[in-house]
Amino acid sequence: MKRLFPILAVLTALMLGYAVYQALVVAPTERTMGDVQRIFYYHVPSAWTAFLLFFVNLVASVAYLVKRNPKVDALAMVSAEVGVVFCTVVLVTGPIWARPVWGIWWTWDVRLTSTLVLWLIYVSYLLLRRFSDSAQAPALAAALAIFGALDIPLVYFSIWFFRTQHPQPVIGGGGSIDPRMWRVLLINWMAFLCFALLMCWSRYRLETMRREVEEAQALESLLGDDRGPSAEIRNPKVALNRSGQ
Amino acid sequence: MHKQSFGGGDAMSLLSSTTRGTITRATLTKDIRLEWRSKDALNSMLFFSLLVVVIFSLSFDPLAEESRRIAGGLVWVAFLFAAVVALNQTWARELRNQVLDAYRVSPAPPNALFMAKALGNFFIVSLLEALMTPLFIIFYNLRALGPAWQLIPIGLLGTWALVVNGTFFAAISLRTRSRELMLPLLLFPISIPAVLGMVAGTTAILTGENSAHFWIVLLLTYDVVFTTACLALFEKVLEAE
Amino acid sequence: MNSIKFLYSAYAATWTIHLLYIGSLVRRYRRLKQELSELKQK
Repeated sequence: MKRLFPILAVLTALMLGYAVYQALVVAPTERTMGDVQRIFYYHVPSAWTAFLLFFVNLVASVAYLVKRNPKVDALAMVSAEVGVVFCTVVLVTGPIWARPVWGIWWTWDVRLTSTLVLWLIYVSYLLLRRFSDSAQAPALAAALAIFGALDIPLVYFSIWFFRTQHPQPVIGGGGSIDPRMWRVLLINWMAFLCFALLMCWSRYRLETMRREVEEAQALESLLGDDRGPSAEIRNPKVALNRSGQ
Repeated sequence: MHKQSFGGGDAMSLLSSTTRGTITRATLTKDIRLEWRSKDALNSMLFFSLLVVVIFSLSFDPLAEESRRIAGGLVWVAFLFAAVVALNQTWARELRNQVLDAYRVSPAPPNALFMAKALGNFFIVSLLEALMTPLFIIFYNLRALGPAWQLIPIGLLGTWALVVNGTFFAAISLRTRSRELMLPLLLFPISIPAVLGMVAGTTAILTGENSAHFWIVLLLTYDVVFTTACLALFEKVLEAE
Repeated sequence: MNSIKFLYSAYAATWTIHLLYIGSLVRRYRRLKQELSELKQK
């Protein structure tokens, strides 16, 4: 498995380079928006990747509450963190696109606002993980992840209805997308998916290592102290036998 | 599991449902009696929302027309921040003499405890709202142009929406390093649709421009969804090490 | 054209965010490595 990591890294780098070339050179220029539309090739794949990662987080959180497997918990945590990174990219590139096209940086439109709320929920998830002890964090965070997932449809509908009552700038608008644009979009998404996988993998390895160090430190602080009733601690079976008598 | 192995069947489930009710009632009366004796939470909440009313009406100096548009947001933001005071001390009281640990090892159903706490908070926050609403009406010269009775379901459903999730997240934030700080950080993002529902519904009634039906249905859905989720997941939170 | 500036700033922002995250990963990794070597010395 570990040998696969550099291969994936090289592959991702190549794909990202190819994707940039496709997005900036090969893809046709949009008629009304001009070159700014090329932000689309970064903005949309990032959004899809973020949503996919948040979905992985939900599945892993539910699985953790059922099975109590610490590896699944690590997966939930990793996918939330990388998901927040991609969601940040979406929220930053969005206004940069909106400014020249709509003339405003931000509007409280359904999709924009829902994405912002999603980002807020997952940032609070990461904060919870950061501020709780490692023994309790998994179950608490999993509960919060499920609450967040239940919240998203309600957020979407409430904002959708709120916006239909109030005037707002006309944005987006349907219309068909050139098939060449679709191709470039999919190439970019594949590249970003590989990149996300790479980041998740690195973060997962870091998390496993962190847990090992934490365990070693806990053990060390137990064994390093010779004053206490060390026989029971060094050999838990002794303690068990005594209490069993 | 082991409960059913004793008798099983309807008699057993009837028994457990009555004990559940007894436990809920006992915890609820205990909490309300404690709060009634000290009135710590209620007094600080009242004073806090009074401050919000005064500061905002000073800084806006609203006319009757304008105040109809902003009052919904103001009232609910004041109540939201004030409710955090009550929510934060929900579980802190039980930590002092390891009451929560005692509860965890006892065979009492966790949901009964949760319902008692949520109902207690609901009672206190509703009392606060009942006391503060006349002040808001006086300071902002409010008069509803829409059907005013609809403010009652919005108030009740909205308060329950804040309180049920607030009680749950207070139990979560109890386990973190910076307890009191953590609760609003967890509660506010999840509460966004509920707060939007309360604010937009209240504004719709005050201005009389739109119907508030959608917001009442939204709040009802929110309440049903999250009450179920809280009851389903509270045990996991209570038992988390 | 002016709009090309927005395109480049969006691409730059994307990679700045990703690089900052990777940087934080590397920093956390170094700190763990150090803690591990300290543990082994004891």
